[in-house]
Amino acid sequence: MSGHSMQLGGVPFAFTNANMAKARAIIAKYPQGCQQSAVMPLLDLGQRQNGGWLTRETMDYIADLLQMPTIGVYEVATFYTMYNHRPIGRFHVQVCTNLPCWLRGSDGIAAACRKVTGLNWGETDADGRFTLAEVECLGACVNAPMMQINDDFYEDLTPETAEAVLAAFCNGETPKKGSQNGRHSCEPISGLTVLTGDEKGKVRAGEESA
Amino acid sequence: MLKDQDRIFTNIYGLHDLSLAGAQSRGDWDGTAALVAQGREAIIESIKASGLRGRGGAGFSTGMKWSFMPKKVADRPHYLVINADEGEPGTCKDREIMRHEPHKLIEGALIAGSAINAHTAYCYIRGEFYREAEALQKAVDACHDAGLLGRNVAGSGWDFDFHIHLGAGAYICGEESALIESLEGKKGQPRLKPPFPANVGVWGCPTTVNNVESIAVVPTILRRGPEWFAALGRPNNAGTKLFNISGHVNTPCTVEEEMSIPLRELVEKHAGGVQGGWDNLLAIIPGGASVPVLPKSICDTVLMDFDSLHEVRSGLGTAAIIVMDKSTDIVRAITRLSRFYKHESCGQCTPCREGTGWMWRVMERMCEGASRPEEIDILYQVTRQVEGHTICALGDAAAWPIQGLLRHFRDRIESRIAARDADGLQQAAE
Repeated sequence: MSGHSMQLGGVPFAFTNANMAKARAIIAKYPQGCQQSAVMPLLDLGQRQNGGWLTRETMDYIADLLQMPTIGVYEVATFYTMYNHRPIGRFHVQVCTNLPCWLRGSDGIAAACRKVTGLNWGETDADGRFTLAEVECLGACVNAPMMQINDDFYEDLTPETAEAVLAAFCNGETPKKGSQNGRHSCEPISGLTVLTGDEKGKVRAGEESA
Repeated sequence: MLKDQDRIFTNIYGLHDLSLAGAQSRGDWDGTAALVAQGREAIIESIKASGLRGRGGAGFSTGMKWSFMPKKVADRPHYLVINADEGEPGTCKDREIMRHEPHKLIEGALIAGSAINAHTAYCYIRGEFYREAEALQKAVDACHDAGLLGRNVAGSGWDFDFHIHLGAGAYICGEESALIESLEGKKGQPRLKPPFPANVGVWGCPTTVNNVESIAVVPTILRRGPEWFAALGRPNNAGTKLFNISGHVNTPCTVEEEMSIPLRELVEKHAGGVQGGWDNLLAIIPGGASVPVLPKSICDTVLMDFDSLHEVRSGLGTAAIIVMDKSTDIVRAITRLSRFYKHESCGQCTPCREGTGWMWRVMERMCEGASRPEEIDILYQVTRQVEGHTICALGDAAAWPIQGLLRHFRDRIESRIAARDADGLQQAAE
């Protein structure tokens, strides 16, 4: 697939000192001699350091670091869909169109995203702001329809709230993540049907919550 | 309906204090050392007696699976691997455990680890669940600080570590041997069995792979006793279960209920009923995308458990319920799933690699009525040639939704073909 053809970045790659410390900690999670297990998290780390995509130089560097054949790294990097082999926008907008989202209006969410970004699936805008992608189930089906932007989920969308989320990014703001219709998480929006009498352990001011 | 005091996941919505202290106030980490001290055989016997069946889809006895591990540690260490690669369309329960009930998972991993002689767990989380992994890591760090992970955990005498490993967007890695390959830093392609993971798993070592929910319910089962869990649900279908109710319902939600609850009651009590009322129901997929769809006539009475759904030629799967009302283009709905399986086939086995694409393309034509009536039978034959002829169950999972469609809604495809043919004749006559 063309999306998987690997590109040279044209500049050498090396982990920053901070990322090298993270890489060492990741490698240490696995038994001695099994450092190949770190290839996926290190590709993710390299991709994040490199602005969201993997250059050939990044993959070769990781192969060297893990003492793996480069082809072994390329095999992994081209098998999994979350590794990008071309530059992507600062905001990677991924819209789920699988069945549970489709039943609740993902066509409208997709249209709203195309309208705001001016992009079709798989495209990145000229100033590198948005990349728009259609993706498979992201595992938030009771909060459908939903989309992921970078690491965060935006759920219970309507075309209007999807537009508002994207507009916030355009304006340099950080929109509220999670549900966009007032739900806390995956409870029924009309109120709890279970665990209603349970006051014990309720979140109090100053305590940690979701 | 299940009583609140019989619910295991009392913070599934994340409304309460998420910290370790909050989890402890709800009963997590209470007397853990005594549970571990029961010993390997007693723990496995209790989990067997509880009737717990794996919550990841296949429904195999969890206690039995643990008993397959070698009795003693020989030259190779044992590992517990937790499958948090939640990606079956419709399914979003493990996500809530990881972000809202992480201590149940970590404590369960410790107990399971002690029962299978593993000092290390790897939790393989789908890469898109970055925030969920962060939440779980925060809980792991809190456990280390409190002596609940590391050396001599909770005074139990058992050393235990819990590591998180993120995937990178491949549904196939939810299959346990593909997950193991991926954890080893390879493409996620399933392995031939035997050998089974209990003998040759990750890095060639004895390994047990369990779903997040299966592990997270273990501490409560041991605390309350296996007979408590076994008394919930029908025989052979024990316990409570997290259900995800999505699609055309008034209030989509996740809820913990008793196994064997009638499907209709589940949808009406917790999800606010079908949009437009129960009579507006067309069909339900009761166990995630892979299981065959059921028409309303079956949904009227079917119970949500392994045996009841098996009897109607579907399955409990992950207990993810996808509700479709009468406005749904059911042929288009199943076609969307066919496209999913085509996208996610790892390409290793020919029947799946070629079959998923073939089935999807034919389904696309059938959506438009642009096929011949005899192609319906050909499509069915192809699903039978894919089913059971691949290394893993992805081929089956691609075949079953189409088989369910043909079993219950064949007339929709036929009438669409007939309508298009009639249109064509009319245009030809004009």
